[in-house]
Amino acid sequence: MSTPKTNKNDKGVLKRVLKYVGKYPVSLIGSLVFALLTVAATLYIPVLFGDAIDCIVGEGRVDFVGLKSVFVKAAVTALVAALAQWLTSLCNNRISCNVVRDLRADAFEKLGKLPLQYIDTHGHGDTVSRVVADADQFSDGLLMGFTQFFTGITTILGTIAFMLITNAKIGLVVVLLTPASLLVARFVSTHTHKFFVEQTVTRGEQTAFVEEAISGLKTTQAFAHERENEKKFEEMNARLERASLKATFYSSLTNPSTRFINNLVYAAVAIIGAFDVATGGVFTVGGLTKFLSYANQYTKPFNEISGVITELKGAFTCAARIFELIDETEETSDEENETLVGVEGNICLEKVDFSYTKERKLIEGLSLTVQRGQRVAIVGRTGSGKTTLINLLMRFYDVDGGAVRLEGRDIRTITRKSLRESYGMVLQDTWLKNGTVRENIKMGRPSASDEEMIAAAKAAHAHGFIKRMEKGYDTVLGESGVLSEGQKQLLCITRVMLALPPMLILDEATSSIDTRTERKIGDAFDALMEGRTTFIVAHRLSTIVHADVILVMEKGRVVEQGKHAELLQKGGAYAALYNGQFA
Amino acid sequence: MKQLFSYFKPYKWQSLLGPLFKLLEATFELLVPFVVGLIVDRGLGQNVGGAYPYADKGYIVKMFFILVAFGVLGFVFAVAAQYFAARTATGVSAGIRKDLFKKVQSLSFKDIDRLGASTLLTRMTSDVDRFQSGVNLALRLFLRSPFIVFGAMITACIIDPRSFGVFAVAIVALAIVVYAVMLACMPLYKKTQDKLDKVLLSTRENLTGARVVRAFCLEDEERAIFHARNEELTKGKKFAGGIAAITNPLTYVLVNAAIVVLLWTGAIRVDGGSLSQGNIVALYNLMGQILVELIKLANLIVTVTKAAACGSRISTVLSMQPSLQTVADTEGKQTDAFVAFEGVSVQYNDEADAALEDIRFTVSRGETVGVIGGTGSGKTTLVNLIPHFYDTKAGRVCVGGRDVREEGMQNYLRERVGVAEQKATLFKGTVRENLLWGKADATDEELMRAARIAQAEEFILQKGGLDAVVEQGGKNFSGGQKQRLIVARALVRDPDILILDDSSSALDYATDAALRRELRKLETTTFIVSQRASSVMHADKIIVLDDGKAVGIGTHEELMRSCEVYKEIYFSQYESGKKGGAA
Repeated sequence: MSTPKTNKNDKGVLKRVLKYVGKYPVSLIGSLVFALLTVAATLYIPVLFGDAIDCIVGEGRVDFVGLKSVFVKAAVTALVAALAQWLTSLCNNRISCNVVRDLRADAFEKLGKLPLQYIDTHGHGDTVSRVVADADQFSDGLLMGFTQFFTGITTILGTIAFMLITNAKIGLVVVLLTPASLLVARFVSTHTHKFFVEQTVTRGEQTAFVEEAISGLKTTQAFAHERENEKKFEEMNARLERASLKATFYSSLTNPSTRFINNLVYAAVAIIGAFDVATGGVFTVGGLTKFLSYANQYTKPFNEISGVITELKGAFTCAARIFELIDETEETSDEENETLVGVEGNICLEKVDFSYTKERKLIEGLSLTVQRGQRVAIVGRTGSGKTTLINLLMRFYDVDGGAVRLEGRDIRTITRKSLRESYGMVLQDTWLKNGTVRENIKMGRPSASDEEMIAAAKAAHAHGFIKRMEKGYDTVLGESGVLSEGQKQLLCITRVMLALPPMLILDEATSSIDTRTERKIGDAFDALMEGRTTFIVAHRLSTIVHADVILVMEKGRVVEQGKHAELLQKGGAYAALYNGQFA
Repeated sequence: MKQLFSYFKPYKWQSLLGPLFKLLEATFELLVPFVVGLIVDRGLGQNVGGAYPYADKGYIVKMFFILVAFGVLGFVFAVAAQYFAARTATGVSAGIRKDLFKKVQSLSFKDIDRLGASTLLTRMTSDVDRFQSGVNLALRLFLRSPFIVFGAMITACIIDPRSFGVFAVAIVALAIVVYAVMLACMPLYKKTQDKLDKVLLSTRENLTGARVVRAFCLEDEERAIFHARNEELTKGKKFAGGIAAITNPLTYVLVNAAIVVLLWTGAIRVDGGSLSQGNIVALYNLMGQILVELIKLANLIVTVTKAAACGSRISTVLSMQPSLQTVADTEGKQTDAFVAFEGVSVQYNDEADAALEDIRFTVSRGETVGVIGGTGSGKTTLVNLIPHFYDTKAGRVCVGGRDVREEGMQNYLRERVGVAEQKATLFKGTVRENLLWGKADATDEELMRAARIAQAEEFILQKGGLDAVVEQGGKNFSGGQKQRLIVARALVRDPDILILDDSSSALDYATDAALRRELRKLETTTFIVSQRASSVMHADKIIVLDDGKAVGIGTHEELMRSCEVYKEIYFSQYESGKKGGAA
């Protein structure tokens, strides 16, 4: 039994879906009107052919003139019906395509507004599955629903009217009995709902696993771990198969069960009608036959509608998953915030507290003032919280206590765009988008000319290998790409060299670049850093020696702060790290 | 496409029984009018002036129960049919998914790159889903429709052999329409799925690259790209849907035209006395039955066509040949050295320059080999040849005296070589699960021993020991921690050959030095790829690569005397030390 809560949710989903559908009133009205027209025409055609048959009474008693005029009417009606039918489909198709497009668009917009925490902690595959597979299934369900719902309902109404006119008594029996099939349909669909949920959830899980398996394929092969992966996959696959079988089978029960009920109704009409005829009631044999055929016609849309209800249930399960994504809490809005202009690069951290999880405190009471043009080196053992600091500076995460200020302004009061635009970032974990080399370099400043781009590439010593690629700057980089990590880093450096922002964040920016090349681009880097506030995370102490401030981090805390010589003299953590280089 | 049929083999019976039960159900459906006819003819008896004095009420009641019995039987058969259809469809798609996953895992990195990870993902999820619903529907209706269509035609011929022509022409014309629409839609649906790939790509990129997208404030551009792709997809879907929607109206017009012809020719013959009015009614009803069935079929066609389009996309993946070569096993040792490179050249594709050229060297068991060189000089390519991740273009690589391409070598290499890759990949699960990749049956002591050597013990314990959770892609570990976990993973199996591909780039010098100290204690043949001279200088043999060529092979001292490139690398890292006192 479905709990009241899921029912409520269902209604919520339905309401929201209707809101999306409501955006296309013209198509919606079109669909309704054309569906009505289709039904009217298709119900009229048998009447016409009935007239035609009445013209063909017997040998020598055929009314050819009447026949001709009936045929003309029939031809026109058939054409109208066909056209109306096609237009109905077009409207429905339009609605379902547009609704899914809008839904996907909203989901994608959401991705851009989610806090990074969400993206960092949720399986990408599952999210992808919501935007792609779930939306797809929803679209199919919606289309089917629209196509059959309207025509179904109008057909039912039309036949009810006809039956009541012909014979009110038996017509009433039929009308009263058929809701039984709707009850059965409802019973089936409420019971299959959970299987649909199970199916979509398992599918999301599997997608996430496949995603991981593909991105880690090389590792898998290196460790001959295919078998184990397969086992895990097969376990999931078997679960999906079971869930899918249940969802498919139980939902497909609707049709036979409602048909069964309808057959009973049919039999009932037959016996009541026959007794009526036998006892000299209002019926004739011809009347009964016609009535039975209408009773049959009347129940068919019920079958279809009940089938559609199950289909829609599945579609709504998918929609609910998409809505779940759309409803995730967003990053706090910064629309009210001001755009900060004229950033010079004065940054100040005031008693900053931060942790990723409540259980483990990370940064506590960190204070730091950096003036324009200063070079801040962040050093520390691996995992000491260097990258965390960058997450805070760029406001990928919000501080728990204290504040980060840029030009004296709490960065939570300015737009993220203006904050982030004032940084140029090269990360250890390079990311290039699927696009040409040119697109990737111009990312930071799309308005740059080709000459500027090439100059930047030359400064970053990336021009050489780019020229050697198949199509130079127009070579398309794949998702995983054929570039080495070092080459990717050079491209990211080129990106920053072209963008020339007032502040720089270099998180192990040259970790994958060989030292010869590193040295060659060193001068360009120096020129770039000149006058720009720079945060450098590095393990190569040689690149740190000349920093204005060195922050030594340990377990999320800044344990030492000062210049190279001072710190060395102090003989503390920095000195230990420094001397460790040649241990 | 053909290969997909083989997945039906395990469900031979189910896929036969499904349609069979459906036919039985249909037969009972067709019998109902007969029973009604019996009620009229025999139950009511002769019509005497509008009354039925001979009505047999007992017979009517009997027939009523027969109708009910038919209903029950139809229900049972329908349920059986639905079950077998669902069983086959879900079973077949589970089989396909399983093999797809296997196939994907067997592909080389190059293959995956060529195809794109996102399309592989859609094919394994959305495409298989669509295929499944196509199969399910097809099994339920595909046989039923022709059965009823031809059944109606045969019955028509029995009633009036001369109507055969009209029926035959109508059926052929209908078949052509259905087939033509299907043929037209298939490529359209395929294109739509390709467009769906693009949407998926956008979605995925914005998850994996969330940091960079936000850092560069590219949300708007990314949004624009997504919306454009989404719009493309929607357009494609609308177009394909519009074409597919023609089927129904067209068949409707055709059938009605056929009815007109039927009635007209019939009328002439009734007029001539060779046909009765009753016969005309029967023929008309039969044509009507065909129409009803075809409308059902048309709805099905869309789903089946989509399924076929998806099926062909699935087939493409299934028929991909992994691009790695194998050669026949040659018994016995061919060389004495443990690892030997014999004139090895590698070229990734025909247009590109050689990634490695004529590399020759040998390594004895237990030796440590350093590989150093600039960004893109071919270091990773070189070590990737040892476990046969790539094929050579010329020359060969031997391990333990045997060519790595030999069929029997694959298992040995994948089990006895430990690789810590450049781009570290960790998998969702626990630390233990990740480390067990190295050796499935390793004890906790073995795991911790490997972790200790890899300098990972401390932070593993900090995070909560071997049961510490690893998020997808190891996102909850820092770059350096990931690298150490990956080294630990490679060490767990106590490999014959250990390959560390730039595995310490994110480690600070102190940790790196400690790691090397521990590694030196092992007696494993080790390849260390690095940018840092300090990481390789104590190796027994150092290979210096420059633009794919080995420009120097020897010990640190030898190379310092003879190899310009090596000297340059060395001084680029130690010069600042000379100046600033770091050395």
